Amino acid sequence: MANAPHHRAGPHHTGPLTTLAYLVLLISQNIATLLLLPLVIASAVLTLIWIGLPFIILTATLLRTLADTQRRTLGHILHQGRIPSVYRPVPPTGLVPRAGAIITDPATWKDLLWLVSTPASVSLILIPAAFLAHGTLHLLFTLNTLLHLIPAFPLYGFYTPTNLPQTLLPLLTGAILLYLAYITTPRAITLYIRFNRLLLSPTEKARLTARVAHLATSRANTIDTQAAEIRRIERDLHDGAQARLVALGMNLGMAENIVETDPETARTMLAEARETTRHALIELRDLVRGIHPPVLVERGLHGAVHALALTHHLPISVTIDLDGRPADPVESAAYFAIAELLTNTVKHSSATHAWIHINHGRNRLVITITDNGTGGADATPGSGLSGIRRRLDAFDGTMSVTSPPGGPTIVTLEIPCALSSPKTLPSSATV
Amino acid sequence: MRVVIAEDLALLRDGLIRLLEAHDFTVVAAVDNGPDLQAALTEHKPDVAVVDVRLPPTFTDEGLQAALGARAQVPGLPILVLSQHVEQLYARELLSDDTGAVGYLLKDRVLDIGQFIEAVRRVADGGTAMDPAVISQLLARQDQSGPLAQLTPREREVLAEMAEGRSNSAIAGRLYITEKAVSKHINNIFTKLDLPPSSDDSRRVLAVLAYLNGQ
Repeated sequence: MANAPHHRAGPHHTGPLTTLAYLVLLISQNIATLLLLPLVIASAVLTLIWIGLPFIILTATLLRTLADTQRRTLGHILHQGRIPSVYRPVPPTGLVPRAGAIITDPATWKDLLWLVSTPASVSLILIPAAFLAHGTLHLLFTLNTLLHLIPAFPLYGFYTPTNLPQTLLPLLTGAILLYLAYITTPRAITLYIRFNRLLLSPTEKARLTARVAHLATSRANTIDTQAAEIRRIERDLHDGAQARLVALGMNLGMAENIVETDPETARTMLAEARETTRHALIELRDLVRGIHPPVLVERGLHGAVHALALTHHLPISVTIDLDGRPADPVESAAYFAIAELLTNTVKHSSATHAWIHINHGRNRLVITITDNGTGGADATPGSGLSGIRRRLDAFDGTMSVTSPPGGPTIVTLEIPCALSSPKTLPSSATV
Repeated sequence: MRVVIAEDLALLRDGLIRLLEAHDFTVVAAVDNGPDLQAALTEHKPDVAVVDVRLPPTFTDEGLQAALGARAQVPGLPILVLSQHVEQLYARELLSDDTGAVGYLLKDRVLDIGQFIEAVRRVADGGTAMDPAVISQLLARQDQSGPLAQLTPREREVLAEMAEGRSNSAIAGRLYITEKAVSKHINNIFTKLDLPPSSDDSRRVLAVLAYLNGQ
C-alpha cells in the first residue's frame, strides 16, 4: 500500500498568505465588476427605446460570469465549496423571451444590488488599510524628523514639530493608528466577506426552486432507468429461462412417450433436457447477478467489493474503512458504480494497478477509484461515466473525474447516507 | 460413508438425500439452518458434509461460516460447499487453512450425477473439488506474460483439470490421454511454474491452487 495515492475527504487548511491572495483576488474582481456599471446604465437607458435588449443579455451574461467567479473565490476562502448560483433557465433563442427571463429573474436584481454596493464593500476593506497607511506615515515622519533622511516636510502639510514632545507625538498617534489597523483588519475582512456572501448567495426561495427542479429531473431519470431495467429483466426471462423451460418440458414429455418404444432416442432427449437446464441456470445466475449480486446480500459492500476485485485481471488494492453498513439501495448503487468503473479501467486505461478506497465522513460514503493507466476518461453527457452519474443522482450522489491525458485517473463518488451500527474492522488487501 | 447435508430448500434437500443414498452414502443428518449444521458437524463428525452457502436464519453466508467454523474446530473435516454462484473470495477462504478435504461447486454440477458423486468421494478422501468456473477465472487472472504463458495448450488443460482436484487417472480419462502422458505434463507444469514436486496428489493440488491464488 506504500505507493497508493491517498485521498481523504475533509476541509483543507490554507495559510494566511493563501487567504490574503484570495482576498486580493476578491477585491480585484469587485473593482472589475464596477466597470460593468456604465454598461448596465446604458442597457437600461437603451431599453427605454427598445434597442437595449441585446445589451441586457450581454450585460447579464458578463455580470453572471463575474458573480460566479466571485462565488468560487468566496467558496475557497470560506472552505465550503462554491456558493451555488441559482439563475432561472434562459431560453436558448429569441431576443425578447431571453431578455424577459433575465429581467424577471430576482437573481438578476440581486446581482445588480451586489454590483452597486461594490463601492461600499470595497470602502469597508479600505478602512483598516487607511489606518495602516497613516500609522506608518506618522512613525516614518518622526523617524525623519530625528534622523533627517529626506528634507523635512510638514505632516499633512501643516504639522511642523518645534520641540521634542511635539516631535515624539506622532509616535503615539502612529501607534494608536497601527493598533486600530490591527484590531479592525480581521473584522473588516469578515464583514466584507459576509457582505459579499449575503448578496451572492441565492435566496431561500430560489434555492428551494432549484432543488425542486433538480429533484424532479432526478426522479424522472430514476423512474426511466428502473423502467428500462425491468423491461430488460422481463425480456431476458421471456427469451431465456422461460423459453428454455418450455423446451425442457417438451423434451421430457417426448422422452416419456417414447421411453419404451425407443429408449435410445429417449436417452438422447433426456441428455438434451439436462443441457437445457444447465443453460437456463447459467442465464438465471447472470440475470440475478445483474439485479442484485448474491455476494452483496451475503457479505455486504465490504465483502462484495473484495470479491469484485478478485474477478479482475489486474491487481486491485482495496481499503475499506466503514463503521457500519449503508442502507441496501446505497450499497447496491455503490457496488454497481464501482463494478462499472473497474470494467472501464480494465477495458480502456491499460492500467497495471488500481486502488479502491471506501470510507465514510461528513455523512457521506466516499469512494475513490484510482488507476495508473493512460487517463483521458470521458465524463461528458452521453458517455458511460455520465450514466453512472445519472444513477447516483437518485441518491443526491456525485461523481468527479480527474483524468488528464497520460493519467492517472481518479474517480471520486460521494453518496450522502448514514451507516447502520454493526462494527466492521478496517481492512486492506491487495489481490 | 456417513454424510451430513445442509440445504434449506426441502425439494433440493430431499433430492440430495435420495441421490447420495442411491450411491452408498448414509445420511446421518439433513439440516436446514446454520446453527443446526454447526451442531450436526461437531456431533456426528461425518466423513463428508454437503453444505449450501446460504442458509437461514440470516440468509447470508451462514452455511459457509458454519463450515469454516467447524473446520477450525476439527481441522480437515471434509466439506463440500454448494452455491448458486461462485466467488473467488469464498474459494480462497475455504482453501486458506491448507488442509485440503474441501470442495466448492456450483449447484448446477449436481446435474452431472457421476461427476458430482466423484467430487463428494474425492473430498471425503481428503482431496479437493473446485468448480471449473473458479479455476477458469483463476487461470484468466494470471498475467499473460507470467510463467503461465509458457504452458502449452495441453498443459493448460491438464493444469485446469488438476486444479479442479482430479487425480492423474481421472485427468487421463477426461482428456483421452495415457496416465503416463498426464504425469509427464504435470512434471513440465511444475518445472515451468517453479513449484516443488510432490508425489502426494492432494498436496500437489493445494500447491497449484495456492499458486493460482497468488498466495
